[in-house]
Amino acid sequence: MTGRARTIHLTVVALLATMAVGSLLMIVAGASPLHAWGQLLQKTLGERQGFGQVLFRATPLVFTGLAVAVPLRAGLFNIGGEGQLTAAALACAVVAAALPPGLPAPLAVLIATAVAFLAGAAVGAATGAMRIYRGAHEVIVAIGLNAIIAGVALWLGNRSLFVGESTRTATIPAAAQLPELGLAGSNASVSALGALAVAALMAWLLARTRVGFTWRMTGQGLDAARAAGLPVDRARVWAMTVAGGMAGLAGAHFVLGHKHAYEDGLGRGVGFLGIAVALLAQGEALAIIGAALVFGVLGQGGLAIASDVPKEMVDVLQAVVVLVAAASLGRRRA
Amino acid sequence: MYRLRVRTWRLVAALVVVNAALLIIGDALAPARPQPATGAGAPRARIGLVFDVGGKDDRSFNDVAWRGLVRARDQLGVAITTIEPSDGADREAALRQLAAQHLDLVIGVGFIFSADLERLAREFPDVAFAGIDYAPTGPDQPPPNLAGLRFREHEGSFIVGAIAGLSTRTRTVGFVGGMKIPLIRKFEAGYVAGVKHVCPDCKVFSAYAGTEPKAFADPALGQELALAQYEGGADIVFHASGKTGAGVIAAARAKGKRVIGVDSDQFHEAPCCVLTSMVKQVDVAVFDAVADVVAGRFRGGIRELGLADDGVGFVANADNAHLLSADVVTRARALAADVIAGRIEVPSQ
Repeated sequence: MTGRARTIHLTVVALLATMAVGSLLMIVAGASPLHAWGQLLQKTLGERQGFGQVLFRATPLVFTGLAVAVPLRAGLFNIGGEGQLTAAALACAVVAAALPPGLPAPLAVLIATAVAFLAGAAVGAATGAMRIYRGAHEVIVAIGLNAIIAGVALWLGNRSLFVGESTRTATIPAAAQLPELGLAGSNASVSALGALAVAALMAWLLARTRVGFTWRMTGQGLDAARAAGLPVDRARVWAMTVAGGMAGLAGAHFVLGHKHAYEDGLGRGVGFLGIAVALLAQGEALAIIGAALVFGVLGQGGLAIASDVPKEMVDVLQAVVVLVAAASLGRRRA
Repeated sequence: MYRLRVRTWRLVAALVVVNAALLIIGDALAPARPQPATGAGAPRARIGLVFDVGGKDDRSFNDVAWRGLVRARDQLGVAITTIEPSDGADREAALRQLAAQHLDLVIGVGFIFSADLERLAREFPDVAFAGIDYAPTGPDQPPPNLAGLRFREHEGSFIVGAIAGLSTRTRTVGFVGGMKIPLIRKFEAGYVAGVKHVCPDCKVFSAYAGTEPKAFADPALGQELALAQYEGGADIVFHASGKTGAGVIAAARAKGKRVIGVDSDQFHEAPCCVLTSMVKQVDVAVFDAVADVVAGRFRGGIRELGLADDGVGFVANADNAHLLSADVVTRARALAADVIAGRIEVPSQ
């Protein structure tokens, strides 16, 4: 299958280019690239704690990656992951904290996760509706919504939701907290398994269902799909709605599986990084798992070698991955 | 259609060669890594520290913490590791990274780490933790291996408030805060009380740079806020706003008015204009925490460092003698003694 070979080739090129740029930066910073890369790999893939942290970082990236990849197939660009994640995380934390005590754990988790999905989906639906029914470009709408949600969340928090002197909401009950995977003091929780399942579900939805077919046709040729009688408007709004829900699940991952509360700055940047993940994965739902792991290794590895190289290096390396992926996408179109 | 041909893989081959070359050249160029010391030369303890927003070179809060750690390294012979997290999500991961190495002490610099420190201290009971500006997140006591180090900023602010009240010629002074949080409210409350204590009918302007962390890193806004206060008649402004304060000091320099620095002695930022600084001895707190661990007498719990412990104070030395009159210094010292003795109750909110 040429598509898959292409993705592998792209990934190899992206990683090698990233490594070359990284090595140059390390040399400038006065560190030995051989030693630094060795440390980076050893502390991410070579030990349980580090690997758990990689999984923990990759999990929300799978969700926000899907939040970009799914509407991309329907021809829309979702850069609203940040706002969708924040709205979902705040709603999830508030509802989870208010759940009656004594609620069985699976039910509490289910309710809190559903709230996160719906809150994110609502923001996604609003973005899609603005695009389809008002003709506003979805990128502009998403930028606006990101800023509005960030401001409102902080205002609500400072006004009434943050407890004591902190900038975090009340801790959610134990029943709503996701169990950890037990990887030697890492944060990896069962949400990692949830991410795998959701990615598989999305791959199936896109490839094997009528809904997925409509999305793909809409993305490949709007006018042709419309002429063929497909409900392209509704399809695009739904694609954005599901995308918002995906970003919402990333919010649930942080609240239920990590912080056990909403706090200012929670998941910041993860929505945007999802764009890079989706790009590297060429929009393929299953490839997103691999792409998320690549960014997980870079992020965690950067922290592991933070004493040897400047902290900005990881940001630069992530950008190199994006650039290579973007350049290669362009060549396909040409 | 995208087909894999030999040509396609040429790029990969070229990149492999480039990478190999960089690895070999880089390794040859890099300075020799110090071998981990063993036996008598081994460090007496391994200390990790994670910086707050703004990072190591903020010339304020983080910088002071860094100085304390460097002093501990040089004087106590400990090995240090620091991490500057690049974003919010990295903060907890950075602390965890250090805790998982089972260092002897892991320090989080900033109130923002409080919840993460509580949780990690429970997960890693064999590691000692210290939080600067620690703010408890619940009614529970912190775990026994977590030392929460707090400062009585309102006490130090009270003294510089009194200095402002005694030194103002327009009977009007100002305050510029960073992020509007209870911690910075302590500075404001103490300052206002200090001004009013010596000058009951003096006016105090008050402004904050915002409600999110970047309010501590916005010099342009700090300058605007301070200019407005100077133009409104204030002749002295006290800032408690981290990097934002650079703008406040710039405004003082531009208007030829006086300004009061914060956290570290900020005299050298503007020798014309820095009347004094409300110093917060974060470096002392960091150094002492390390010293306690080295001496085996580390204990958890919340500790408040005020005027009595030299945890906070004001600057009066040869540098600022041309701005700060000896009479005012005498009055300020007497007031400090009153606060320490409990004769004056300084409000913290």
